[in-house]
Amino acid sequence: MTTRITVDPITRIEGHLRIDVEVDDGKVSKAWSSGQMWRGIEKILVGRDPREAWTYTQRFCGVCTTVHAITSVRAVENALDLEVPVNAQLIRNIIQCAHAVQDHIVHFYHLSAVDWVDVVSALEADPVATAKLAESLSDWPLNGPHEMKAVQERLKTFVGSGQLGPFASGYWGHPAMKLPPEVNLLAVAHYLQALDVQNHANKVVAILGGKSPHIQNVAVGGVSNSIGHDAPSVLNIERLMLIKGFIDKLDHFVKSTYLVDVPAVGAFYLDWAGIGGGVNNYLTVPDCPQDTKGTLFDLPGGYIENGDINSLKPITTFDDAYFRDGVAESSKHAWYTGGDALHPWVGETEPEYTDFQDEGKYSWVKAPTFYSKRAEVGPLADVLVGVASGHEGYTTYLNKALDVLKAVSQNPDIPLAAVNSTIGRHAARAVRCAVMMDTLEAQWQKLVDNIGTGDLDTFNPPVFPKGEVKGVGFHQAPRGTLSHWVVIEDAKIKNYQAVVPSTWNAGPRDANDEIGPYESSLLDNPVADPEKPLEVLRTVHSFDPCIACAIHMVDTEQQEIVRVKAL
Amino acid sequence: MKHYAQKTLIIGMGNVLMQDEGVGVRAAEALVDRYLIPAGVEVVDGGTTGMELFEPMRQADNLIIADAVNTGAPYGSLVRIANDEIPAFFQTKLSNHQLGVSDLLALLTLKGETPQQVTIIGMVPHSLENRLGLTPEAAEGLEAMVQMLVDELASLDIDLEPRPRVRSGHWKREAEFEAAAGLVG
Repeated sequence: MTTRITVDPITRIEGHLRIDVEVDDGKVSKAWSSGQMWRGIEKILVGRDPREAWTYTQRFCGVCTTVHAITSVRAVENALDLEVPVNAQLIRNIIQCAHAVQDHIVHFYHLSAVDWVDVVSALEADPVATAKLAESLSDWPLNGPHEMKAVQERLKTFVGSGQLGPFASGYWGHPAMKLPPEVNLLAVAHYLQALDVQNHANKVVAILGGKSPHIQNVAVGGVSNSIGHDAPSVLNIERLMLIKGFIDKLDHFVKSTYLVDVPAVGAFYLDWAGIGGGVNNYLTVPDCPQDTKGTLFDLPGGYIENGDINSLKPITTFDDAYFRDGVAESSKHAWYTGGDALHPWVGETEPEYTDFQDEGKYSWVKAPTFYSKRAEVGPLADVLVGVASGHEGYTTYLNKALDVLKAVSQNPDIPLAAVNSTIGRHAARAVRCAVMMDTLEAQWQKLVDNIGTGDLDTFNPPVFPKGEVKGVGFHQAPRGTLSHWVVIEDAKIKNYQAVVPSTWNAGPRDANDEIGPYESSLLDNPVADPEKPLEVLRTVHSFDPCIACAIHMVDTEQQEIVRVKAL
Repeated sequence: MKHYAQKTLIIGMGNVLMQDEGVGVRAAEALVDRYLIPAGVEVVDGGTTGMELFEPMRQADNLIIADAVNTGAPYGSLVRIANDEIPAFFQTKLSNHQLGVSDLLALLTLKGETPQQVTIIGMVPHSLENRLGLTPEAAEGLEAMVQMLVDELASLDIDLEPRPRVRSGHWKREAEFEAAAGLVG
């Protein structure tokens, strides 16, 4: 029997991603990924001042505010061939690294751990045994029996008073939940601690960005921070040391907790290391520029095909023609006019809504391709490209995560290829978070050193020529490759396209009817209970989706989420 | 100016790029444009962010959120919902990155750090086109929302003093430019 399951958030508050799967004999046989909201927000930029574009793009998304701000100024700088002072590059790098660390921590603990952790089961845990397990894996100071007991008491208060409160809508007791009570309790403890820890990263962003949550210090040509020794508003040694304090606290949590918890939880879900593999082509762009021109980077970029890390083709500069010429987007299965894959500089966003057509158009998200191939972007791509490039951090932390996985699961034979999976994406994100942590510390040190040489420059003023210029700015964002494409005419924006990470991953079938990364990853997923398609959520969540999440209305009208239909 | 011992946080929420969706941000901006904000009271442009607001919310004794809301009421309706009337729940969602107010309140509950008083001043949006300029209904609603924010503060014994000269905030100026230049997004 075939069952069709639609997971459709319906209401605008919950967003804009709809997943349809057909299930045969308990396994997904067909999948469709559909963006349910028009993604033409870039059109608002046409006719505006390119120097102001970043204040708008910062509002594209509620999570990646800084990400879209920095990518926008890079696109305009690229169009103008404008160099950026090293201090400005480093300050931007610190902001984006801190944001990435915060984003990865929150994604795992607060947004997707509940797919794997049965919170209610933590009540049955032995706090002493939990602490013993935790202390055997890590030196994190908040793993003791006292802490675990306190967390359990707090949970008990909730459940005992009959108000399951925040946990009422979880899939507790689902047959796919496999963690022993002690591991559940450990995860709940770190969930609560991570709420405090993530704020250290926000502080770093706020100190440099001038304002929170929307940074104010970005400018086409650099940053508006001035560097000096006395005035209170400038970036001085006192502020730099304050930032360093937050960095150190974050570092301890990421390396001793996040990087340990993911493989420790994963060890109980090893079957999920064989489920959820995507298109197996990977794209990532280089980031953390070290020079004024954007030709030297701390994080490598490149493209890998068929999961073969020896196939790496590197992307090495902000001006790299290999990246610039390879990107196209098709609307054949998206609710826009046209069907051929178009380069973003000539991209069109003219809506043509049909209805949900399985074989026709079914999404507001376009299908991006890289030289006509679908590619997954995000931490998994970053890790594989990092390892393929010989980046030391990626290799070291991947091995560290694998060691924990092997130790807890007592299974010594886990191949590298297992990362192309649902649980592998979470592991890759933890590995990347550790790499971003080291990179963050390195950017801080380089900034201090560069200021020490007497270089206080932070800004080169932009000059706009008459006529048309084009640029691309890219960024290795938490969810993957982000690129902004701008066409400027007489100092005004003529066209603007943002090819966001979730477009790469969530895109529908392309001009050649090939399925995208989400759709590919869902094939053969088990579904134990069609009414509670936890497994579908697990795989989609592993990508860390972010679909035009631009609306946050409070909604007092809760509506149906999952629809099931026998075919 | 008076200093208030209790911390009161006003967050304007919503997406200014989507017309009436951004009415909460525009109302918070208008509040700062027109009134002197005393020590102890903070006004934040929250946009559509989530986790970044957790720590400021947690530090607050009183939390007031101005936002577009969907209550099922007709477009342009103004609502005030407070404390237990506000849904605090984690929602099943495909996109994890939509931590809304309800989720943040749920996290505060879990931490045992819910502000004493939580109020949402909301308006049901009329149109969500890609532009800054509000619909006439929302422009009218914005005025009412500002007054509701002033009244809400007054109920907390916080009386705002009008600025000697009214300012014009960033999004107000940009919206005026959009209208003047004939840009419709």
